[in-house]
Amino acid sequence: MREITYTEAAREALAEQMAIDPSIFVVGEGIGERGGNFNTTLGLYEQYGPMRLRDTPIVERGFVGMCAGAAMTGTRPVVDFMFIDFILDSMGELLNQISKVQYMSSGRIKMPIVLRGCIGIGGAAATHHSGSYYSIFAHIPGLRVALPSTPYDAKGLMKTALTGDDPVLFLEHKLLLNRRGRVPEQAYSIPFGQAAVVRSGSDATVVALTVMLPKVLAICENLAREGAEIEVIDPRTVAPLDIDRILESVHKTGRLLIVDETFGPCGIGAEISALVMENGFDDLDAPIARLNGLHTPTPYSPTLENAIIPDQAAITRALQDLLAE
Amino acid sequence: MNSHEMALSSEQLRALYKTMTLIRRTEEQLARAHQMGLVPGPCHTYVGEEAIATGVCANLRRDDVVFSTHRGHGHALAKGVSAREVAAELFGKVTGCSQGRGGSMHLFAPEIGLMGTSGIVGPSILQGAGAGYSFKLLGSDRVSVAFFGDGAVSNGAFHEGLNLAAIWDLPVIFVCEDNMYATEVPFREATPNQNVAERARVSYGMNAVTVDGNDVLAVYQAAQEAVTGARAGKGPSLIECKTYRTRPHAEGMRDGGYRSAEEIDEWKKRDPIATFKSWLIANDQADSDAFSALDDDVQTTVEDAIEFARSSPFPDPATAADFIFSTQE
Repeated sequence: MREITYTEAAREALAEQMAIDPSIFVVGEGIGERGGNFNTTLGLYEQYGPMRLRDTPIVERGFVGMCAGAAMTGTRPVVDFMFIDFILDSMGELLNQISKVQYMSSGRIKMPIVLRGCIGIGGAAATHHSGSYYSIFAHIPGLRVALPSTPYDAKGLMKTALTGDDPVLFLEHKLLLNRRGRVPEQAYSIPFGQAAVVRSGSDATVVALTVMLPKVLAICENLAREGAEIEVIDPRTVAPLDIDRILESVHKTGRLLIVDETFGPCGIGAEISALVMENGFDDLDAPIARLNGLHTPTPYSPTLENAIIPDQAAITRALQDLLAE
Repeated sequence: MNSHEMALSSEQLRALYKTMTLIRRTEEQLARAHQMGLVPGPCHTYVGEEAIATGVCANLRRDDVVFSTHRGHGHALAKGVSAREVAAELFGKVTGCSQGRGGSMHLFAPEIGLMGTSGIVGPSILQGAGAGYSFKLLGSDRVSVAFFGDGAVSNGAFHEGLNLAAIWDLPVIFVCEDNMYATEVPFREATPNQNVAERARVSYGMNAVTVDGNDVLAVYQAAQEAVTGARAGKGPSLIECKTYRTRPHAEGMRDGGYRSAEEIDEWKKRDPIATFKSWLIANDQADSDAFSALDDDVQTTVEDAIEFARSSPFPDPATAADFIFSTQE
């Protein structure tokens, strides 16, 4: 099978669906003729022109609110934020309008909108270009939150985002954008709420979110040489969260570690941990462990930036501690 | 007032009167119901401002859309939502237009183009622009109307929404209902330039007019031009309507400390319904028999609506988390 990058895979799903559905349009800064700062729309402007690839002024609240109105009236906007930090200027439109309109209208209005942007720490982007925020989005009823970690998932989850009728946060970690992976040329979709068991094992379960997945997998290969078989789960979407798959795994392994680059307090790891406690307490042979990035804004200098991310040594240590419990 | 330029028939003129009266009588009953504890939540009335929704919506087709405000009963009724569905929604009943999930501030009837009243000031402007984007992309001749008050025009949504609609020539009519107070903050204290039409013209190059918002024919005429223009692809426009609400910001709220009783009385003399009734009589468009028939008809509709709301069932508590997503979880 051919290999393409994460960005190319997501773009392939977008291009494929834009050809099928003339009501899809993309808005953002530099997503028109330029093709996107991260090449998210490269080549599409030439095919579809400015009404469907719409460069905007820098008014996130304005165009997010506008796209809410568009989604309510028969079209399917894709908002391309470049960096997801920029969505914060539009939080009122997102949390008070986009997430609530279907409910407020008792299902009489749909809200098919995709809000995409890159997340995460890396490249000395500093704190206004390194946020992730997915635990905030996942806290809100009415939003779907997709966190693809491979090119295959990026294409399949984007397809699902563009064919459903719900608002979707599609969050792409900046360090994954150029990673290559096997992606089928034909169309396919990955349903939301279906975690992937990326690696099988019986000694412990690790839930690894987005950019942590490749790091965790590499460490598991090392540990396997020492005789420890770790099961690795990628939730792929955190809203909905496939807790059943995680519980099944914990039932088998009795041990759970959640590795997440983002903040610990009120985070996805806290939620998974509570759910496993409520629904799988008797399966646990050790306390659930979490490994998170530091609870701090993101610093610029590489020595500081590296200091706030769970690194290989920290993940290895956390796994060894869990296995020793 | 001049009905000739607009080519309005006697029947159409009487329909304007009837819509305004329906809004007034419905809200009087809702205010009473609120006092009796039958409306469990907030109730912001539109009393004194009925000419605006009436004059604007009379120019709209069923498939045109309206994005409204927290003071939206008039917009809903003028767009064609039944008094029954509005009343039942405020009573929190399952027969309401949002099946009891919305209340006064979240009335929805998309089938006839009411895309929501809102508890937040500003988003109607942005969503109105977005509907315009949809219609333009889909090649439709539908138009979109965004209602908002003077309280919205210092908000970023006003500037961002007007700017986006202007640069992309969207078929949107922005209707500012300047009732002089944002909740209880006077407009004169909220901005150095209270001329909203001028702001739209100068800042965003938009066609914009200022009209007497208590004159239904003046509103009708301005809206007719704006809607015709938008439908013909001439882009957005703004109508600034000078008006006044004669009841408190919300039912049950203390109405003192920011405006005088004299000011309220002055505006009551400019009541849009009484003024229009006098005009209709003076211009031989309706006699006392006609008014009796119209008023009786409205009275029957409103009494029926309140009785419908009162006797309708409350929603089933088991459905409290329905409709969060497009498909049931």
